[in-house]
Amino acid sequence: MAVSYAYYPGCTLKTSAREFDESTLKVCKAAGIELTELADWNCCGASSAHSVSPLLGLSLPARDLQTAEALGKPVAVACAMCFHRLKHASHALGDAAKLKQVNQVLGKEFRNTVKVEHLLTILGSNGSSYQVTKKLEGLKAASYYGCVLVRPKEVMELDDEDNPQLMDRIVASLGAETVEWDFKTECCGASLPLSKPEVVVNLSHKILRQARQRGAECVVVACPMCHSNLDIRQKAMKAAYPGFQEMPVYYFTQLMGLAMGFSAAEMHIDKHLTDGLSLLKSKGFI
Amino acid sequence: MPRVGVFLCHCGTNIAGVVDIPTVAEAVKQFPGVVYVDDNKFSCSEPGQAAIRQSIIDNGLDRVVISACSPRMHEITFRKAVSAAGLNPYLMEIANIREHCSWVHSDNKEAATEKAIELVKMAVAKVSLHQELFRKRISMEKKALVIGGGIAGIQAALDIANAGHQVILVEREPTIGGRMAQLDKTFPTLDCSACILSPKMVDVSQHPNIRLLTYSEVEKVQGFVGNFEVEIRQRARYVNHTTCTGCGICWQKCPEKVPGEFEEGTGQRTSVYIPFPQAVPSKPVIDTVSCRYFKYLDFIDKKMEGKKPPPCRICEKLCPPQAIDWEQKDEIIRETVGAIVVATGFKTFDHSVYGEYGGGRIPDVITSLQLERLMNASGPTLGEVVRPSDGTHPKTVVFLSCVGSRDEAKGRPYCSKICCMYMAKQALMLKEHDPGVQSYIFYIDIRAGGKDFEEFTRRAQEEFGVLYLRGRVSKIYQDDKKLMVCGEDSLIGRPVEIAADMVVLATGVEPSEGAAKVAQTLNISYDTYGFMVEAHPKLRPVETNTDGILVAGACVGPRDIPDSVAHGGAAAAKVIGLLSQDTLTTEPLTAAIDASRCTGCLLCSQICPFQAIDMVPANGKSIAVVNEGLCKGCGLCVAACRSTAPSLKGYTDAQILSEVLALCP
Repeated sequence: MAVSYAYYPGCTLKTSAREFDESTLKVCKAAGIELTELADWNCCGASSAHSVSPLLGLSLPARDLQTAEALGKPVAVACAMCFHRLKHASHALGDAAKLKQVNQVLGKEFRNTVKVEHLLTILGSNGSSYQVTKKLEGLKAASYYGCVLVRPKEVMELDDEDNPQLMDRIVASLGAETVEWDFKTECCGASLPLSKPEVVVNLSHKILRQARQRGAECVVVACPMCHSNLDIRQKAMKAAYPGFQEMPVYYFTQLMGLAMGFSAAEMHIDKHLTDGLSLLKSKGFI
Repeated sequence: MPRVGVFLCHCGTNIAGVVDIPTVAEAVKQFPGVVYVDDNKFSCSEPGQAAIRQSIIDNGLDRVVISACSPRMHEITFRKAVSAAGLNPYLMEIANIREHCSWVHSDNKEAATEKAIELVKMAVAKVSLHQELFRKRISMEKKALVIGGGIAGIQAALDIANAGHQVILVEREPTIGGRMAQLDKTFPTLDCSACILSPKMVDVSQHPNIRLLTYSEVEKVQGFVGNFEVEIRQRARYVNHTTCTGCGICWQKCPEKVPGEFEEGTGQRTSVYIPFPQAVPSKPVIDTVSCRYFKYLDFIDKKMEGKKPPPCRICEKLCPPQAIDWEQKDEIIRETVGAIVVATGFKTFDHSVYGEYGGGRIPDVITSLQLERLMNASGPTLGEVVRPSDGTHPKTVVFLSCVGSRDEAKGRPYCSKICCMYMAKQALMLKEHDPGVQSYIFYIDIRAGGKDFEEFTRRAQEEFGVLYLRGRVSKIYQDDKKLMVCGEDSLIGRPVEIAADMVVLATGVEPSEGAAKVAQTLNISYDTYGFMVEAHPKLRPVETNTDGILVAGACVGPRDIPDSVAHGGAAAAKVIGLLSQDTLTTEPLTAAIDASRCTGCLLCSQICPFQAIDMVPANGKSIAVVNEGLCKGCGLCVAACRSTAPSLKGYTDAQILSEVLALCP
């Protein structure tokens, strides 16, 4: 049974996180989940819009949601920040006065009836049926959800705020082992890498250090911003924290793809700044 | 035609300063049936009452209206005055022209006077239809039931028993002692908890007037003050307590070990067990869930697949007096009691909802009660404080206050009251156990209101070097063998991080498991959290809205030991007051059901909040009958009945209608 979604990729997945976009599309296609990219989608507003204008912060995602509503399809989102903004908008627009205001901005009627789902839920739900052909046995991974994906719980409606399990279950289904750790939803430094890089290096280092301490060999993420902070800053971590050992950071869809029989090149694992290939080679997965 | 006398009270200037009494008096004289009108500066005073008495006699009055303050204030006073003149006290009606009139209409004296006249007019009309009512006497069973054998229940039971009355003390656990028995030392004097508690426990077991039923629960309560019929389930212990000598061979030899409830999971107990060495009774029970023989029986019964567990029965083989009895069954004990004290106590908040503190997954994050057990000389570590994870001695210990208290996000907005003090005590004790320990306490406020409490927390800080940090902890994570505690010191406005060996969560107080069920069984009120509701939070702190049912201790709200003891004693005093009477008189203002109109639909009995309506067979059908011992005269049945069978004595439909007609003829 094919499940059909309006797919909202977001800006990052079309630029610096292309590997997340492409691995998502390939994995979903193979799993029988139909993703149709939303026509003429616009930026969700990300971290800036709502801090400048609350109305803009709601109107941007509302425009995308309206397009999906017209199609009569639920929205599938991969990026954690986009998911956060879209969920936030549909929650906030439960308020009739706000919805009216936003409708004036949109110039067409949005009824706020569309469902927004993250790919972790879509792929991790019982309904999805991906075939694991190559078990990632022996790989020890730390599932890292980041802070915006699950918080606030009442709005995101995704998983526990401190010890979420969705990604852990998916990773375990691939044959890999997930570690128990306390940093699943800690902040990586978010959008500070340009203004305060030292904060990002400090926070992201703590996350990787913890993952290593609990026995993980890699970190698995569902957020392009987390990925960029954890992946790109490892050189700076090495300089700031002697003894720091590099650790590959993968999108969960990349590991799914590998386990489902796609090649490392198809999953663009070579696109990361921290080497992600050697570990997979050493385990005999590629 | 009735002869109505009206007495207008000035209440000093309280009424007369607003309401023009002479005008009222003039108007009242014209009302039908009124033969006498008088006014008095203070009708409630002794001369005022004497004047009423004399006027009734002199003028042959047979109905009286007192136009004064609220009946809540002086109805009883005036009933007595009327009664002293030889009149039935229920042939009197009060017109409230103070609270309902002069006090609220002081800005418009003319209208107030007008209203006073109308209020009196209504009262005159109503009282003309009043009939003589008589109080009834009910018998008093001179025996009390105390539910819960913690310190509050123990105190109540002992006080009632010492006054010469019979007491049945029911405790759900295999021993009495409650939470206090789990504690190591008590603040602020640092008395050993068991040392001051166990003599009281022994007193209970040896008292000739106390019947102790442990491992028992109250299942059913019916009846009313003086005559409660209760059913108590004595759970099967599978040990005959008459022949058992408490020698201890069974629990020393039992091969099955499970985490002990009394030890809060820090230590183990066997399947046949007494919870702790000073337990009362000091005779064991067999826990059927973990016992190997019961598992074996279950296996056979349910025809389970797999390896058959061994039919152990070691205790039975070794028991010198052969007290093990596998055939024992639950027993239902029926008793009649005159009064009931509810003292079901508290449990501590389950901290697993605090994901940021590890949600119960970090072994060295323990609760305050677990620390009590670790510090206790008869605890699982014989008083050595060690980390559950590796058995090492912690050197840096961080306490977190308000876990499940003062936290609206977790549905617990209230203060648990005892935590500030026990944290100070525990931090101080840790230093006494091991001078190398440094304790930190994250707090919101230090609430040390109580005798010698503030001095005690100062001592913990100044003499024992406990460091207090004002702020909440945002996260605890494991870093190698350390626990990193991240929080904010809001006094310096900076985030802080402490590398600790152990974290103690000061988990808050909430009602015991099943407290709400007990309240429902007794038909008394409880609040959103499950705490019992007292009849008045200040003036009736141990009474409930049901006569004869009292509450004591932490089942009403967070309470420390001294308060629980005082509370238990207060409840006992009320019980003793009741039991010292041979009979009780009941208020006659109850509902009565006209049997000829009753269709037996049961609506009134379902709606009655006091369970005061019984169904009895009559002429081949069931009809409703009011139990006057329970009826509070609330009138719900009157409003609910479709065939107007019930009426409220003193407030019949005709009486109410006469008031309306007096107002709008």
